Amino acid sequence: MYQKMLVPVDLAHIEKLDKAVKTATDLAAHYKAEICFLAVGTNTPSEVAHNPKEFEQKISVFAEDVSRKSGIATSAVAEIAHDPAVDLGKILVSKADELGADVIVMASHVPSVADHIFSSHGGYVASHSDHSVFLVR
Amino acid sequence: MGSEADTGIESPDGAANPIDTDYEIGQDNIQTEIGPFGLDVHNPVFLVSGLAIVAFVFLTLAFQSSVGPMFNDLRGWLTSTFDWFFLSAANVFVILCLFLIVSPLGRVRLGGADAVPDYSYSGWFAMLFAAGMGIGLMFYGVSEPISHFTSSMGGVAVGDDGLRTDWAPLGAAAGDPDAAFDLGMAATIFHWGLHPWAIYATVALALALFSFNKGLPLTMRSVFYPIFGERVWGWTGHVIDILAVFATLFGLATSLGFGAEQANAGLDFLFGIPVTDGSKVFLIIAITGVALISVLAGLDAGVKRLSEINMVLAALLLVFVVLVGPTMEIIKGFFTSLVAYVEYLPALSNPVGRTDANFSQGWTSFYWAWWISWSPFVGMFIARVSRGRTVREFITCVLIIPSLVCVFWMTAFGGTAVHMVSEGVTAIAEAGLPIKLFTMLEQLPMHAITSFLGIVLVIVFFVTSSDSGSLVIDTITAGGKVDAPVPQRVFWCTFEGLVAIALLLGGGLGSLQAMAVSTGFPFAIVLLLACYSIIQGLRSEPHAVGPKSEATPSED
Repeated sequence: MYQKMLVPVDLAHIEKLDKAVKTATDLAAHYKAEICFLAVGTNTPSEVAHNPKEFEQKISVFAEDVSRKSGIATSAVAEIAHDPAVDLGKILVSKADELGADVIVMASHVPSVADHIFSSHGGYVASHSDHSVFLVR
Repeated sequence: MGSEADTGIESPDGAANPIDTDYEIGQDNIQTEIGPFGLDVHNPVFLVSGLAIVAFVFLTLAFQSSVGPMFNDLRGWLTSTFDWFFLSAANVFVILCLFLIVSPLGRVRLGGADAVPDYSYSGWFAMLFAAGMGIGLMFYGVSEPISHFTSSMGGVAVGDDGLRTDWAPLGAAAGDPDAAFDLGMAATIFHWGLHPWAIYATVALALALFSFNKGLPLTMRSVFYPIFGERVWGWTGHVIDILAVFATLFGLATSLGFGAEQANAGLDFLFGIPVTDGSKVFLIIAITGVALISVLAGLDAGVKRLSEINMVLAALLLVFVVLVGPTMEIIKGFFTSLVAYVEYLPALSNPVGRTDANFSQGWTSFYWAWWISWSPFVGMFIARVSRGRTVREFITCVLIIPSLVCVFWMTAFGGTAVHMVSEGVTAIAEAGLPIKLFTMLEQLPMHAITSFLGIVLVIVFFVTSSDSGSLVIDTITAGGKVDAPVPQRVFWCTFEGLVAIALLLGGGLGSLQAMAVSTGFPFAIVLLLACYSIIQGLRSEPHAVGPKSEATPSED
């Protein structure tokens, strides 16, 4: 049913990703799909990387790591954005189309009052993407 | 390639020489939730600058009669006692920039030897111009040349104590309209040309270099790494960052307050909208509201787009004035003013032995302090959008081109106005500062359209300062993170509007602006140190140009 799964990851909060990654690898194993990990970063130094190249390297290492542990075929894509705090949702939606993914699995927080004012990235993706979206809470 | 081996840090695009430090960006940040909103802020910097700003506003409102004169005296004392220092410092920045254009260091590329520019020339230029000068051009473009022209015509006047009482630049040009015109234009261009842009270019270059090439966080403190070493991550750095937030927020809030007054005066002149506290507060809320929409839309969809709209409107107004005004005179004036500028530049920028104290202290030294106090804000913003440019390209576009645009703008608006004044249109000379532009446009055809365009431009210029300023303050107070949660930038943008309203209603805009300008003094010292950092930083970078070039490894 699914061939290519897009899994956006926040490299700054890798400790919060376990559940989403587990969900993704289990689903991928079930459907024999490949996983594409996508990380969106900035061109200025951040807590994750000092520059875009290092950022790219980190997501690759992460993807290889998951592949080694789970035996699922993975790939990694790094996207450098000017203002990810605002544009993240839009970037994820367009990247999913561009990479030919047919399902998106991503971590999202439990909605609260604040989501009425600032929509969560997961919420944005679920309402704007044409693909199936699995939000892991 | 680079020096991955010795620093353990992956090089940016192509060869570069990152700084090795144990500091991790965000290590001093607190990530917390206030109510439903997530926050990610630098621990002491966010809190101390926020509280200090509230305290200063409160003190100013509560003790207006004593605090107001104190800040004004402080500013006056700094700009008159240290005029030689401000003038010399600005000269150093100009010389440094001009040197970097011609020196081999100009070949270093920001972001590594193979980095590609983030923005096209038009988007980049629009943003740096809208943040850099903007509103001042609207108000001083007409008034400043008239002031200098009139005082030069008046000639030298000496008081009883043997000191000059006139405000004319240099030796004035009593009774000689042509010489007074040249001197007036040269003096105006001097204040809006190479020097202010060199100040911005220096700060922006330092920030871009230490962030994109050296891998340090995008905040003011990173620039001082070569001088203070690891201490920049402690209180030394906190103080630098807090000072930057302070200068930026008060600079923005006070100019927002004054801007509302000026825009209100313009609206009154054009449409008879009464000048009341109510309409000013409404203007501040409206400007802040649009700025909020812009920061929520983000750097590309909000700030960049508004800056581009801004540029197009400004270009329209400029082209219009050139076409319907005395076209040939303006074109000719551009070149004669440029020549006059070059001719008077050495005398105008001379820091010692000046006889025109009123001019050199009251105008030049004040302007330099003002530009320097703005420089953390403008510099940070320019730096953020300049990745991928070579140093040479960067300085040419941040120093030379804006200076030329200012010369042209000043000739078109100021030069035309001076001609009108000398032909007997006294209304312009008599009008108050906020409406000088509109009284001048009234002399030209189709003034209903141009005046409307003018007032829209004034307001949009405020929005572009306010939104980019909020992003800058947010980045500094988040310890250099540009992707901090969105509610934080909303907070700063709103805070700025509230401070402006409080000062407008309670009085004290002038005194806090004086305070903001006073921060130009410590920053001038700090920036001179930054010049050293830049040279050190560039020398350790591999020189290379163009994508896929052969990079020469650095000496170490």
